[in-house]
Parts: sequence; C-alpha cells; structure tokens
Amino acid sequence: MSAGSQTGARLSQRTERRAARARRIRESRTDRMFMFCVYLLLAVFLAVVLLPLIYIVASSFSSPEAVSSGRVLFWPVEFSLRGYDAVFENPQVLRGYANSLFYTVVGTLVSVVMTIAIAYPMSRRTLVGRNLVMSVILFTMLFTGGLIPTYLVVQQVGLLDTRWALIVPQAIGVWQVIIARTYFRTVIPDELAEAAQLDGCGDLRFLWSVVIPLAKPMIAVVALMYAIMQWNSYFDALIYLKNPDLFPLQLVLRNILILNTYSGGAIDASVVLQRQQLADLLKYSLIVVASVPVLLIYPFVARYFTKGIMIGAVKG
Amino acid sequence: MAVLTTIPPPVGEAPAQQRRRRRRERTTITRLRRSLRRHWTLYLLMVVPLIWFVVFKYIPMSNAVLAFKNYNVVKGIWGSPWVGWQNFELFFQNPVFWNLVKNTFLLSVYTVAASFPIAIILALALNEIRMGLFKKTVQLVTYAPYFISTVVVVSMTILMLSPRLGIVNEGLGFFGVPAIDFLGNPDYFRHIYVWSDVWQTTGYSAVIYLAALAGVDPALHESAKIDGATRLQRIRHVDLPGIMPTAVIILVLAVGNIMAIGFEKAFLLQNPLNLSESEIIATYVYKTGLLNADFSLATAVGLFNSVINLVLLLGVNMVAKRITGNGLWS
Repeated sequence: MSAGSQTGARLSQRTERRAARARRIRESRTDRMFMFCVYLLLAVFLAVVLLPLIYIVASSFSSPEAVSSGRVLFWPVEFSLRGYDAVFENPQVLRGYANSLFYTVVGTLVSVVMTIAIAYPMSRRTLVGRNLVMSVILFTMLFTGGLIPTYLVVQQVGLLDTRWALIVPQAIGVWQVIIARTYFRTVIPDELAEAAQLDGCGDLRFLWSVVIPLAKPMIAVVALMYAIMQWNSYFDALIYLKNPDLFPLQLVLRNILILNTYSGGAIDASVVLQRQQLADLLKYSLIVVASVPVLLIYPFVARYFTKGIMIGAVKG
Repeated sequence: MAVLTTIPPPVGEAPAQQRRRRRRERTTITRLRRSLRRHWTLYLLMVVPLIWFVVFKYIPMSNAVLAFKNYNVVKGIWGSPWVGWQNFELFFQNPVFWNLVKNTFLLSVYTVAASFPIAIILALALNEIRMGLFKKTVQLVTYAPYFISTVVVVSMTILMLSPRLGIVNEGLGFFGVPAIDFLGNPDYFRHIYVWSDVWQTTGYSAVIYLAALAGVDPALHESAKIDGATRLQRIRHVDLPGIMPTAVIILVLAVGNIMAIGFEKAFLLQNPLNLSESEIIATYVYKTGLLNADFSLATAVGLFNSVINLVLLLGVNMVAKRITGNGLWS
C-alpha cells in the first residue's frame, strides 16, 4: 500500500466518522440537553422528597443537645438512642401504639368483610336490584349529612367514647366497594357462577370457595387501603373519644407533637433545660417510630396500590 | 321465601319457546321474585352493609334537618322547634362568613393549581427515562409520603419551620436572614399548606398519569421520531394529548371537590396567630358544633357546604359530559 492511498483512506474514514458524529449530534443535541434536564428535574424531585425524611431520621438518632442547638443536618450528630428510649418509656405512646394496632387489625377485618358482602352481590348480573343498591351507595359520595348529624347518630347508637367508634362509623368506603365490585365483575365470569350453580353449589359456598380465593390480590389491596387509612387517621378519635386510654397513636402524636403536651414525669427545675431538649428530640424519634410500620410495608404494596387505583378508575 | 313463588313454567314446551315465553313474563316483579328465590343468600349478605349505609349515611342526612331547628338535647332532633332559615341567616350575617368562604375557596384552588401540573410534570419526566434503578428509586421515594399520616406530615412541617430550631430557619440564619415564625404569620399559611401537600401527594398523583402514558400508542412515537420530532416535541404532541382525557377528568373532579377541602390538615396547622387565613368551613363547623355545642348552627354551616359541593359536582359533571362525551359516573 502506498502512503498516499493510506492517507486518503484514513482521511475519508475520518471525514466519514466526523460526518456521522455531526449527524448524530445534530439529531440529538437538543434531545441530550433535554434528557439532562429530565434527569436533573427527577434528581430535584428525589432530593426534595427525601431530604426532609433524612433530616428527621438523622435528628432522631442524634443527642438532645445536638438537636436543640440545630447542628443536625442529614447525618446524626453525636449518635444516641436517647430519643428512642424516651419514646419507648412513654406510657402514652406505648398505649397508643397498642390501640392503633387493635384498631387497624379489627377495623380492617370488619371493613373487608362488609365490603365484600356488599360488593359481591352487586357484581352478579342476574341479581335484580343491584343497580338500585349501587345508586343508594353512590349517592353517599355526592351528599353527606355533615359532621354534627353523623356525630349525633354515633351518640344515639351508643358508640361514643368506645373502641367501636373508630371502627364502625368508617367501616365501608364507597371507593373500595367500587374497586371490589369492578374486580369481581371482570375476574369472575357469570358462566362460572352458573356452572357452579348447576353443580349444586350455592351462592355463599361459591363466594367462599371460588370467588374469594380468585380475588385475593384485590382483597389484599382493599385491606391495605383500609389498614393504612385506619393507622393514619386521627379525626374520628378526636371527635368521638374522650378517654385517653382509648386514644390511637395518631391522636397521641398530635397531643405530643403539635400541642406540645409532653408528660415525661415530674418536672424538676434543675433539669428543665435537659428535659426541654429531650422533649424536642422525642418528637423526631416519635415521627420515625410512628411512620416506620407503614413505610416498611409500602414498597411491597405500592404495586398493588397502583393496581387498586387503576381498577377504581375504570368506571362501571 | 315461600311467599315469593314464581309462576310454574308450562309443561310440554320446547326449551326455546319456554325461554321466549319466560322473557315475556319477566316484568320487574317476577324478575325480582325469581332473583330473590335464586339469590336469597346474596340478598341476606347485603343486609348488614345496607343497614350500615342507612344508619351512618342516610340517617345523618335526615338529621341535617337540624339546620332548620333550634336543637334541644331533651327534645331530640325531631322534637326540637322549627326555626326556618334562622341558622342560615345567622351564619350569612356573621362577619366571619365571607372570610370562611374565601379561605376555603382560595386554599383549595391554590392546592389544585399547584399539585395538578406538578404531578403531570413528574409523570412525563419519569416516562422519558428508561426503566432502571434510578427510575424505580424516584418512583418509590416520591410515592412514600402519601403513606405518612397527616399528623406526622404536619409535625414535620412544624418542626422544620420552627423559629427556634427548625432547619429552614437555621438555613436562613446562615445567609443572615433573621428567623421567621412561619406558622405564626397568616401570610405564610396557604403556602405551607399547599406545598406540604404537594410534597405529600405528587408521587401518588403521578401514578395515574404514568398509567395513562403507558397507554399511549408507541406507533405514534415511532412515526414522530421518523418525522424528526425532538423529545420535547413528542411530549407536546404525542404524550400530552394522550393523557389529556385523564387529566381533564382529574381536574374536573378536583374542581368539583373544591369546597370539600379536608378538615384534618388545616386543623392541625392552625394556631391562634394564623387563624385569619387558616379557618375554613370544615374547622369552623367543628368548633361551633363540638367545642361550642351549637349543634344547629354547625349543622346549617355544614349543610350549606354540602349543598354547594353537590351543585359544584353536578355542574362539573355536566361540563365533563360536554368535554369527554361521558359523565364522571354513568
């Protein structure tokens, strides 16, 4: 090969490559800039959501002095567990935790049973009157009696200041009924029910041994929706309960975190500052302790939650 | 069940004939009878939930007549004397009336105006990047605050904005800005309310749009690419029209619920200093009714709010029908 032709080949190769690069860049420069912006934007979203959470967690693991002097940023300063000690020594918090567990478990159970009991019959096309029942239910989404009229009913029924006040009045969510009914309708074909009936399987047995096993994913979604709602709610407890022994965790949190009523024991004048510092720290630890159960399970259920929203979004 | 016997089918007919005949006979009553006989267990199943709906939803609705009465504990709801529109007049003449309506309305409109576009932006951005760890992380993290309780979110907000040791004021102090009592100043209330709400719900709302985006026909993207459309152009001309129906429905629903803004958060963020902006209808009802025990007035205020809501929702449903050719409920 002569030197000339070699240079020529190399030259042409180079120009070609350059041209290719130019073409690619011309096509994608705006897109690349754009993608950079997209990633930047998402990073900002991520940071904005994550940083407050990190700050709270970091503070909760710091010493009372560090928290009170505002030295904590996004990493624990003077690592200590005194905030958590204070949380778990607080009888109010422990009782609230136990109460909330009770309300969540029992409430969810009641809600799920009631939801299936109303949603499944309405999903059967051969059931006369199901549209009437649906309208009766849907109307409650449009118009409500209001706070006081509902309160009076709870009072008349005798639920006021009992544990059932947090379970019964909120037992059925219309949204969940819609989700359940839509799911039953789309997943269980009418032919299956008819075939079962021909084989002498009654409606209840069909519901119990065919429908419910088939609808497990939906039931899980609905149960989790109810459970998280129950765990996170404070309003019903605020209006229906007077007895502090029955308070759910959220109401205890509200009293400690927002109303600043921390009763950690007798206040000694010499340790007031220390106590104040510990009370501040306790708030951070309390937030973590109260949110951890939900945040631990939510990544596993987020997928189903999304599905639930989608099912609910399908009109019918 | 014995009473509800059906007409026995005539003997000796071909099944096809029988079926036709039966269809003719099926007036509503006979159909109901047949259905009752066939599905009586299912009807029985619905009894308890239906009783629940009557007791906890419909009786409160009838209890709302309290708004037109002067409630007397001894005489009960129905025995109390009628007073006509007196409670409503009292409320309308109260100087707080316009302030309440204004606060409720502004807080709600601001919330919708802020959270609606941001959720769409997040969904569009997530939709642009490839499935991977980063995408999953962003989705999971932005979704998380939705599961945190209102009490905790408000506590975090208060802690971080606290003038004494809040991180925000520490940050401002670093730049020489004197500490601001954010929650003690009514001017900040709406911003705090709305932006903490955006923080909490954007990831959740984005999920709905992401699903809508997944439904956009990939062929449209391909042809746009061939025609030389940039990514931004494709978002504008392919993705946005693709999620428009979903967005319209969600916006319309949000507008329909504008006067129904929740009690929980506003109440927790309230303090005597920011009350001029933070008192909304729902919190006013709670205070008048349960703290001051003026049941009739509180019921009237609540009823006023419910009726406005109903009107808004029905109006909005009409608009939705016009736009999408389909109501929110059919």
